[in-house]
Amino acid sequence: MFDRHQGNRRPRGRTMAGKVRRLASALVLGAAVMAAPVLSARADTTLLNVSYDPTREFYKDFNEAFAAHYKKETGETVTLQASHGGSGKQARSVIDGLEADVVTLALASDIDAIADRGLIAPDWQKRLADNSSPYTSTIVFLVRKGNPKGIKDWNDLVADGVEVITPNPKTSGGARWNYLAAWAYALKHNGGDEARAKDFVARLYTHVPVLDTGARGSTTTFVQRGIGDVLLAWENEAFLALKELGPGEFEIVVPSLSILAEPPVAVVDKVVDKRGTRKQAEAYLNYLYSTEGQALAAKWFYRPRDPAVAAKYKDIFPKVELVTIDDAAFGGWRKAQATHFGDGGVFDQIYKPK
Amino acid sequence: MNWSPARLRQPSVIPGFRLTLGFSLAYLFLIVLIPLGALLLKASELGIGGMLAIAFDARVLAALKLSFGASFVAALINGVFGLVLAWVLVRYRFPGKKIVDAIVDLPFALPTAVAGITLATLYAKNGWVGALFGPQTWVGSLFGPKGLMIAYTPLGVVLALTFVGLPFVVRTVQPVLADFDAETEEAAASLGASRLSTFTRVIFPALLPALTTGFALAFARAVGEYGSVIFIAGNIPMVSEIAPLLIVTKLEEYNYAGAAAIAVVMLAISFVLLLVINLLQRWNQSRMRA
Repeated sequence: MFDRHQGNRRPRGRTMAGKVRRLASALVLGAAVMAAPVLSARADTTLLNVSYDPTREFYKDFNEAFAAHYKKETGETVTLQASHGGSGKQARSVIDGLEADVVTLALASDIDAIADRGLIAPDWQKRLADNSSPYTSTIVFLVRKGNPKGIKDWNDLVADGVEVITPNPKTSGGARWNYLAAWAYALKHNGGDEARAKDFVARLYTHVPVLDTGARGSTTTFVQRGIGDVLLAWENEAFLALKELGPGEFEIVVPSLSILAEPPVAVVDKVVDKRGTRKQAEAYLNYLYSTEGQALAAKWFYRPRDPAVAAKYKDIFPKVELVTIDDAAFGGWRKAQATHFGDGGVFDQIYKPK
Repeated sequence: MNWSPARLRQPSVIPGFRLTLGFSLAYLFLIVLIPLGALLLKASELGIGGMLAIAFDARVLAALKLSFGASFVAALINGVFGLVLAWVLVRYRFPGKKIVDAIVDLPFALPTAVAGITLATLYAKNGWVGALFGPQTWVGSLFGPKGLMIAYTPLGVVLALTFVGLPFVVRTVQPVLADFDAETEEAAASLGASRLSTFTRVIFPALLPALTTGFALAFARAVGEYGSVIFIAGNIPMVSEIAPLLIVTKLEEYNYAGAAAIAVVMLAISFVLLLVINLLQRWNQSRMRA
C-alpha cells in the first residue's frame, strides 16, 4: 500500500521504515529493561495493602521498614504494594474482586462490609489486640492563624458567621468520626437528650458551605481555596497540613471532648488463602504493633497504642477526653452506621427539606 | 407490524444489507444493551414501588433538577459560543488558527478531575477569577453585598459542564459550515437579502441540524459528568448536589439497587429528551423540504 502511494519516495520511505523499526526495537528493549525488576519481584511474595486516604505517607515509610525487617528475619523478600482512596470506595473494590492481602481502613464498618460478603472471618476484630486498631487518632479543629473567630470548642462552631469545613459523612470515613464527635459533645452537654443532640448537629451542618466527598478534598478546600473558618480534621491530617504548609498559617485547636478514632486492620482471609500469603500478611499486621511500627505511626502523627512509645511522643499529642464508638451512646459501628449514616438515618433527616 | 422478508429487503446497489444489519444489532447489543440490561435488572430488585419511591424522594428530585437543568444551560451556552467558534475557525484565516483549532479538543483530553480542580482553584473566592467577583470589587458589588460566588454553587456546576461540553458543538457544526458555499450567501445578497436575513433564513437553517446534534451531545455528556463537577459543586444536599453524586453516595452505603434505580431514572429522562430532540430535528427537516 505504501509503495503504491509513495512509489516515487521509495528511498526515503525505506529509511523511514528503518528508523521506525529501530525505534520499535529500542522501545521493546526499554520496556523489557523496565519490566525486569517487576518480573523478578513477582518471583517473591507481593502483598497488596488496600488502605484509606491519609495513610499514604505513613504506609510508604512502614512498607519499607517491614520489607527490611522481614528480609532480616526470614531471608524472604516481600514487595509491598499500597492502594489509597476513600475508605468506603476501597472496601467496595475489595468486595468487587480487588485482591487485597490486607485492608487497613478508616472504619470498622467498612471492614464489616467486606466480612459480610464472606471474604473475612466475622470475628476479625478480635484477632488482633486493641480492636485490631494498632494506632488511633482523634478529631481536632484546624483554624486560621491567630484563631480570628475565637474557636475553642464544639459550641463555637455554631456561632453566627462561622463557616465549618467537613466532608460528607455519607462518602467519607473521616467525616463520620467528625459527625460522631460533635454528637458525643452535644449529648454530654444536653444531659443525654438525643433530640437536642440532633438539633445541635443539624445546626452545625447549616454552617458547612462545602461538603467534599473525602477528607483530603476538605483539607484542600480549607487550606488552598481559603474557604471556611475551621476545618474538622483527623489529628494526623491536621498535623500533616501544618508540617507541609509550614506552621504559622494555621493552628490546631483541641476541643474539650472528642472521639477515639480507631482505624482497624485485617487480613483478607479468602485472598491470602488463595494466594498462599497468610504468613506474610499476618507478619505485616503484627509488625504494626511492634516498637518500630508504633514509632513510625507516631512519626506520621497517629497515636501509638504502645505505652512506652506513647510516652516518648506525649508532648505532641495533647490529652483530651475521648469517647469511643463502643460507648453506650453509639453501641458500636454496626449500630452507629445504621442509625446515623444509613439510608434515611439521622444524617439524611438533617438535610430533609422542612 | 409486518416483518415479512419483503419488508426487510432494501433497494441498494451494495449487497449485504442483512449481514450489516445483523452485525450492527449484535454490536449494539454487546456494547450498549447488555450493560444497560444488567443495570435495569439490578434496579428491578426494588420493584416498581421502590424505584418510584427513590425517584420521587425530595433530595433525588432536587439533584435531578440540578443535573438536567445545569446540563441544559451549559449545552445552550455551548450552542451559542460553539457556533461562533466554529464560524471563526471555518470562515477566517488568522495566525495561530491551527493552534486554536487544537485547543477546542483539549477538554476531551484532560482528565475531568483535573478540569474540576483547576476550575475550582480559579473560581473560588481567593482564585484569580473568583476574586474579581468578590464583594470588594465593583464587579462583585453589582451582585449584592456578598459578591458573586461561582465555585461551590450551582453556577460552578454550569461552568464545569460548559467546559466539558465545548468540543461537541464546534466539531459538529464545523464540517457543515465548511461544506457550505459562500456562493449561496452571495446569491442571497444579490437577490436583495439583508445580512441579517441571509443569516436567519439561509445560513442558520442549514446549520440547525448539526447544531442540534452538537447540542444534544453536549447535553448528554453533561448529564453524565461526575469527575469535574464534584470538585466545584459544593455538594450541599438540595442545593448543589448532582444526581451522579447521589448514585456514588448510594454505592458508599452498599446500596447497589438504590444506585441502579437513580441511574435508571436518569437514563429514562435522558432517553426521552434525546428522542424529543431527534424528533424535533426530523420535523424540522421535513418542514424545510416542504
